Amino acid sequence: MANVINLRVNGVVHTVNTDPQTNLLSVLREQLGLSGTKYGCGEAQCGACTVLVDGNPRRSCITAVGTAANRHITTIEGLEHHGRLHPVQEAFLAEEALQCGYCTSGMIMSAVAFLKANPNPTEQEIARGMEGNICRCGTYPRIVAAIQRAARKRAES
Amino acid sequence: MIDDPALANNSAAVEPERYEFRAPAAHRFELQRRDFFKFLGAGVLVVCALKELPAQESGAQRPGGFGFFEPLPKEISAWMHVGENGTVTVYTGKVEIGQNIRTSLSQAVAEELRFPIAGIQMVMGDTQLTPYDMGTFGSRTTPTMNLQLRKVAAAAREELIALAAKKWNIDPRRLEAANGRVKVSKKKKSISYSELVSSQQLTTVIPADEALVAPAQWTVEGQSIPKVDGRDFVTGRHLYPSDQKLPGMLYGKVLRPPSFGATLVSINAPSFDLADNVTFVRDGDFAGVAAASAEAAERALASLKAKWNEQPQLSNKDLFAYLKNNPIDVKGFEGTSRYETGAVDKDLAAADHQLRQTYTVSYIAHAPLEPRAALAQWTSSGNMLTVWTGTQRPFAVRTELAQAFHVPEDQVRVLMPDMGSGYGGKHTGECAVEAARLARAANAPVKLVWTREEEFTWAYFRPAGVIEVAGGVQNDGTLSAWEFKNYNSGAAGIRTFYEVPSQRIVFQPTRYPLRQGSYRALAATANHFARESFMDELAHAANVDPLQFRLKNLKNERLRAVFQAAADKFGWTSAKPAPGHGFGIGGGFEKGGNVATCVEVAVDRASGEVGIVRVITAFECGAIVNPDNLKNQIIGANIMGLGGALFEAIEFQNGRVLNPRFSKYRVPRFSDVPQIDVVLLDREDVPPAGAGETPLVGLAPAIGNAIFQAADIRLRSLPLVPDGLKTA
Repeated sequence: MANVINLRVNGVVHTVNTDPQTNLLSVLREQLGLSGTKYGCGEAQCGACTVLVDGNPRRSCITAVGTAANRHITTIEGLEHHGRLHPVQEAFLAEEALQCGYCTSGMIMSAVAFLKANPNPTEQEIARGMEGNICRCGTYPRIVAAIQRAARKRAES
Repeated sequence: MIDDPALANNSAAVEPERYEFRAPAAHRFELQRRDFFKFLGAGVLVVCALKELPAQESGAQRPGGFGFFEPLPKEISAWMHVGENGTVTVYTGKVEIGQNIRTSLSQAVAEELRFPIAGIQMVMGDTQLTPYDMGTFGSRTTPTMNLQLRKVAAAAREELIALAAKKWNIDPRRLEAANGRVKVSKKKKSISYSELVSSQQLTTVIPADEALVAPAQWTVEGQSIPKVDGRDFVTGRHLYPSDQKLPGMLYGKVLRPPSFGATLVSINAPSFDLADNVTFVRDGDFAGVAAASAEAAERALASLKAKWNEQPQLSNKDLFAYLKNNPIDVKGFEGTSRYETGAVDKDLAAADHQLRQTYTVSYIAHAPLEPRAALAQWTSSGNMLTVWTGTQRPFAVRTELAQAFHVPEDQVRVLMPDMGSGYGGKHTGECAVEAARLARAANAPVKLVWTREEEFTWAYFRPAGVIEVAGGVQNDGTLSAWEFKNYNSGAAGIRTFYEVPSQRIVFQPTRYPLRQGSYRALAATANHFARESFMDELAHAANVDPLQFRLKNLKNERLRAVFQAAADKFGWTSAKPAPGHGFGIGGGFEKGGNVATCVEVAVDRASGEVGIVRVITAFECGAIVNPDNLKNQIIGANIMGLGGALFEAIEFQNGRVLNPRFSKYRVPRFSDVPQIDVVLLDREDVPPAGAGETPLVGLAPAIGNAIFQAADIRLRSLPLVPDGLKTA
């Protein structure tokens, strides 16, 4: 049954009228027009749909929108501030850590959350931390390099 | 189930590998020159004609050489417009699927036009705006479209220089083009391209064989230029096919049969919730719904009650025997093929060492991260259809749509937004046809995005195969006889590049149980796996080092060079594997690329776990267009190849796929990736070839050969170790 739900996405509060069981991914993409978050599997296996809920990485494809009400949701569209890319976005560009780019939003959101918990990770820690994200084009080594680059940048600043 | 490829060729369920090479239908190009300028605005237009030009057009390099109202040549590969507003727009039917050609083709244009790369717009894969193109496959973009666009851009540059020469009344040989301007050599005087073309309407038609800048003089090509629209991808702004939207759009869902080959007996359409605005369609075996939201469409689909007539189907435990026992004769380019030279049976029998082995290759899925997606819209009069969809062959999808709806092709427009990859798996237009069917019934635009399970089940697979190989080798390590027979998986890369006086090489099409088609590198992966594994077995039989055995029987200098380069970097002769470790090598030649891969594995005999310690791939595909992107493709191909080599396999039983999800179908992830190093060999004297596919083919045999050295166990089936190495 449809409910009125307040969603705080990228600092803006949206009111949506939807069944609270609807998945967050669908609401973001179809109702709020935030299509940077991708569908890849619908079972939290590929990470393409990753967003941050109160700073924690969540697979939006299996997150009921009702559980995200009134919490701080960040999507890929919310990382850029006043035309300045987030350091992780910059690092993905600098390392050319993408081919088709379909996994990239989820990779970047996962990496942002991962770096918050592990500011100075080893390659092995990155591999373990990012294991839930699939890149079929096989750019994994570049993504690891991008995450390390972002970590270095952060340490320097 | 399509178990008759001849039949499949005539049905909507096409088998793409078989028609990948079919010549295109004659292109009917109706635009007049004046239409172009109406559409593009004033400027200079350069058209690349594929076929011989009519006499009055040959060599027509100067402006004003021919009539404004004449139709353009019918067979065109690309065109380019330099506009008075300072933009350069390039039109090509090729599509961007992650292989990065939007960037590499922009480099080709920037190089020859001497124009900043950021100012170049590439319009790709839009059947209304771009010239006909058979499709983006077979690693053909770099050897064909890259060359053609360079020619187009070079002709435009000469046109602009001629315009400046005329304007200033100066010898064109005293002029040069650089950075979007024509200037007088050694003088300050210069003029921008946009000023030059102001209020001009000039057309140049060039044949596809103009002289070009040699790679040694490249300044933009040959460089690691970053992805031209990279920022759109890291910000989530890029709109993929599945992100397309239209006002009033509905969401589609298709009812899938319970098993392959099932036919729809009956279906009841209950009364749907009025608020969901449901349209229900049944047309033959097709049934689907469109509704106001994705959730409403799912609800409507779930409420349908269908009765299906199922047929018994093959299961994968019987697959290889089935392929072996069901040969069929198929005519045509990709049909039965046989190459024979020398006296194979006699030379086999007379060889000092003889060997005979059988290899098998399982069905695997492409699993592009973006599943099939389409947004379809009919005009209100119902005779003009527009579809945005993810496909490697937009013009073929246009044909599919025109046939499915009995409308002329010029009433169908297919647009292909840069998509979430394909790997040879998106040659077809199933999703486009389904979305268009629902849209016609709903009288509204309909978007259909396949679920992961649909993509795993109703797309098509890389063909499974059985490969029988026999060989003879003399005591001195010389190959004397070679017999190679591939059942079903395909003929790509089937010929041996080793010197063997007696050879019999056969591709035998068979009946097959699953819908199958192209996959990155086609059957070259299967054929290289069998050939390079067998070469390793022969080397061991003759007691010769596997690298030396290959080099002894190999004359092709380019291929020798990559084997040597990979082995040197790897330390093939100097290093010795630690206990439990093994070294393996494999390589070959396909689609203009030469590859050799060395692998070190570590085998834990107790647990059966096989770890890939390191991979070295040496690759040479002629002159290098973009070194960083080339490395990206080679490493990506190796990582994708790890899946098919080690653990990927479609499991199926009686017409059902048993593992149609990422939780059940394992693909390579971060922790599967070993250290991978690439050695690039740059042959500036050889025109560039594509590189998206061939780097894949050396990996699987190199791993298998390394496992043999580590554990003394020979594996002859792909995937090699889906459940670890069984050492018992």
